This record gives sequence, structure tokens and C-alpha cells, in this order.
Amino acid sequence: MSDPRTTELTNVSTTVLGADEIILNMGPQHPSTHGVLRVKLKLDGERVVDSECIIGYLHRGVEKIAEHRSYQQFAPYVDRMDYVAAVSNGLGYCEAVEKLLGAEAPLRARVVRTILTELQRIASHLLWLGTHALDIGALTPVFYCFREREEILKIFEKYCGARLTTHAFRIGGLQYETYDGFEQDVKRFCDDFTHRIDEYETLLTENRIWVGRTKGVGILSAADAIALGVTGPVLRASGVKWDLRKAMPYAAYDQYKFEIPTRETGDTYDRYVVRMEEMRQSRLICLQAIENIPAGPIMARIGKVLKPPPGEVYHSIEAPKGELGYYIVSDGTTQPYRVRVRPPSFINLQAFDKMARGSLVADVVAIIGTIDIVLGEVDR
Amino acid sequence: MPLDNELVQRLKARFGDAIREATLDRKQAIVTIAAEQLREISRYCRDDEKFDMLVDLTAVDWPKREKRFDVVLILYSFAKNERVRLKAHAGENEPVPSVCEIWPAANWLERECYDMFGIVFEGHPKLTRILMPDEWQGYPLRKDYDILKQDTDWVRENLGIESGQ
Repeated sequence: MSDPRTTELTNVSTTVLGADEIILNMGPQHPSTHGVLRVKLKLDGERVVDSECIIGYLHRGVEKIAEHRSYQQFAPYVDRMDYVAAVSNGLGYCEAVEKLLGAEAPLRARVVRTILTELQRIASHLLWLGTHALDIGALTPVFYCFREREEILKIFEKYCGARLTTHAFRIGGLQYETYDGFEQDVKRFCDDFTHRIDEYETLLTENRIWVGRTKGVGILSAADAIALGVTGPVLRASGVKWDLRKAMPYAAYDQYKFEIPTRETGDTYDRYVVRMEEMRQSRLICLQAIENIPAGPIMARIGKVLKPPPGEVYHSIEAPKGELGYYIVSDGTTQPYRVRVRPPSFINLQAFDKMARGSLVADVVAIIGTIDIVLGEVDR
Repeated sequence: MPLDNELVQRLKARFGDAIREATLDRKQAIVTIAAEQLREISRYCRDDEKFDMLVDLTAVDWPKREKRFDVVLILYSFAKNERVRLKAHAGENEPVPSVCEIWPAANWLERECYDMFGIVFEGHPKLTRILMPDEWQGYPLRKDYDILKQDTDWVRENLGIESGQ
């Protein structure tokens, strides 16, 4: 689409204006940087010629803490990394430790885990949609998004007592059985939600302002995305059909039918479309899963004191933001020797410079929003 | 468990002694290589073996060993849907070749490694601290880095009392 602003601006060369490059500091206290991200922008007029992300404001030394806790004690800490998708973080960690132990959670536990993780994906994408639209100037969607997200958080609260940092899973399975009416709650939400997504789409998908602000903004090619290690919806919007739930299935994903949405251009609009479709697919997974939650135990027999045999393991899951991996080294004691988290937000944020170069300063806000970062995970 | 698949055989045929060891741990392939050859082996893995994505780059500290650090690279191949882990040993003041030009993703990951372990990556475009403040002393993820010392020292120096921690 030819954007009148862009054409107009490219025609104005700097030699005519004689403008100098200036450095503009954005953040860490800036509402649209989604936390404490600081970006140093080098500007030529309205255009970004160079950028540098300055991070670490939220660094808590999570990986160091892990070396001083037992395997179980560390589990709640991972919820505090990507705090808008705590359930996904917990799933990755619990499965990694299970792999290290050579154990596997019972099927019932894996199915419940799948349902909760998919609900979490919807909740995370809703938060992204609301704030991203808010950043660009659409004030309405955030209220609707939070309304639906609230329903998901209510299910979490009923299930384990917590809404955000849930610590929903345990190593080896689940702590709690599902409550009476769990399936009905999930079903009610899913039935309702399909109309809700349509509602968001009527607000945005064909909205002239939304299209104008997102199409052609922050383009990332597939080759660049792979070279930069970008994963998740950002990679899929660039045209790479790759999702860990399909490529290396974990939990109970191999039992359900779902599609991997992709787009071609890799701009902000495509990433929006991909995430919207992902929410629909997550809803379908939830509906399939509640149809038949198998009976049986919810906890594997792994013992109370965990002493994984010496060695190491890398396990990763498709978190809402991309590949979330845990690389755990055991020395045979009750505490991990090393826990390394492969944070999707951190690695995806590295692509910011590539996406922002040459764009307008006003679009920087859209680009930060579209990568979908959580600074708790970037800084750990 | 030792590993001897086709990938390892090809690597050994091409790089000989630089491929130190190949093992399988919990069904995951680990290839230990000579740190000096890291860049060449990485390039070969990317171009010929189609490990086009660097998933993660990190380190593990084993202070009692002669060469204390393991630099760990996790590679993924879209074509084969397979991961492999490259591991190189590095001593305390031994620089490791940077793989930034092979996978741009390594840029921040190597910076984080330097920040947390003090491992210097030779050929990195801008090796500075990334998570910790620039003026920070010490490397937090080394095993001999005491998490309480910094606090107690600060309290003693600035408040003139002994820390209760």
C-alpha cells in the first residue's frame, strides 16, 4: 500500500533541510516501552538511522538464584520472568526438570497443562493486543481485551488460587485436581470468545487508521528473522511455518488438530493477523481438550527429594512470545548446577534495530509493541 | 553415552582432532569441540549441515577444572528438525572466537555471556555489559561470585554497620 506520509518524507532529503542527526532517548520511563526498556534512537529528521536498546533495569539474577534453590523451590521464580504468561513459563521449567529426571507427567496432567497453557496464550495475546492498540492510538480494544482476559484469570484463580504468578504446575504433574465445573467454565469462555475475536477484528482489521499505522511498518524478512534467532508469532508472520507445538510436540499437543497461521510480508499488520488467528487456534485446542480429559493420576512417582543424575538437558516450549527454553545442568545434588533460560523476548528484541532502521520515529512505538516483549523476561 | 551418527562422522572427517568428543545425554546430541576452531565448525554447521538457527549461546562454570568454562551453543536445523549442542572449553583468560558474523543472534548472547562470566569473545563488534550496569565489578554467574558479599560490603562501607543477612 502506498502510504502518503512515506512518499512525502522520502522526497525531502536531508541535504535540503540541512538537518543534523540527533540522539533521542526513549524510556526507561515511557508508557509505550512496556516496562523499563530504554531505546537510544539516532534520528535524521523524523527517520531512525540507528538504534540501541539498553536493557537490564529489571535484572534480578534469576539464573543465579536457581543455583541456590532446590529444583522445586525454584519453580515459582520462573513465573516472575514472563509475568503475563506465568503458566507457560512453569510448563517449560517443569517439563525440563522431568526430562532431566527421566520422568514424564501422567496423561491427565499433560492434558490439563495443555488447556491452561493455551488459555494463558490467549490471555497473553489479549494483553498484547490491548496495549499494542493503545500505543498506536486505538483506545477501545484494551477495555474489551481486559474483559476477556479477566475471565481467563478467573479460571486460573479457581484452579490454583492465583491469577498472575500462578505456579500452576509441579514437577511431575499437578498439585491440584481440576475443580468441579472446570470444563464448563472453559467451554463457556471458548463459546463466548469466538464472537469476541470477531468484535476486536471489526474494530481493527479493516480500520483505515490501524491499517495505515501497521502495514509496511517494521518489516522483517524470513532470512533476517532466522539469522537473528527470532521465534514465535514474529517468525511466523515473516512466512516461516514453524511452531514447536508441531515440530517437537510436548505436553499433549500431538493429540489435537490445529493450524499454524503464517503470513508473508513480516510487517506489523501481519504479526497482528497471525496473533489473532493464533488465539482462534488456541481456543480450538481448548475445546478439543475439554471434550476428553482422561481419568487417572495427576502426579508421577518421582519422590519428594529430587536428585537428577548428573548430566544436562535442553527443553523448550512454544511460549506466547516464542521459543522458551531451559538448559539445566545437574551435578547430582538437590540443587541445579546451572539453569539457563532461553528467553524469547530477549532474543526477539534483538531484531528491533533491524525493524526500526529507516522507519519514522512515531512507528518505533508500533514496532516495540509488535515484538511483544515483557521486560521481566528480557532482563531476568 | 558416546554418540556416533552421520553428523559426527562428517564432522570428524572434516575437522579431525578438533572434534574432541561426541555424546548423547538424555537423547540429546552434544559435540565437544576445540575452542580455536569454533568459528570454522560453526560456519560448516550452518552452511553444510543446515543448522541455520542459533537457538542459544551460554556458558557453564566449572572452577575446579583446568579450563573452567564450557561455552555452549545450541543449534537448530529447520530442514532436519533437529538440535545439536556444541561445547567448547575455555580457560579464565582465554578468548573464544565470536560467532556473530555467522549468526547475528549471537551478538546479545555473547554480550550476556561476557557480562555474567567474563568470557571474552574475539571479533565481537561491541563486547560490553548488557544486563548489569557498566561499572559493575565481578561476573555474577561465576561459581566463586558470592551473592551476599557485595551487599555486606556495601552496608559496611556506607552504613558503618555489619549486615544482618
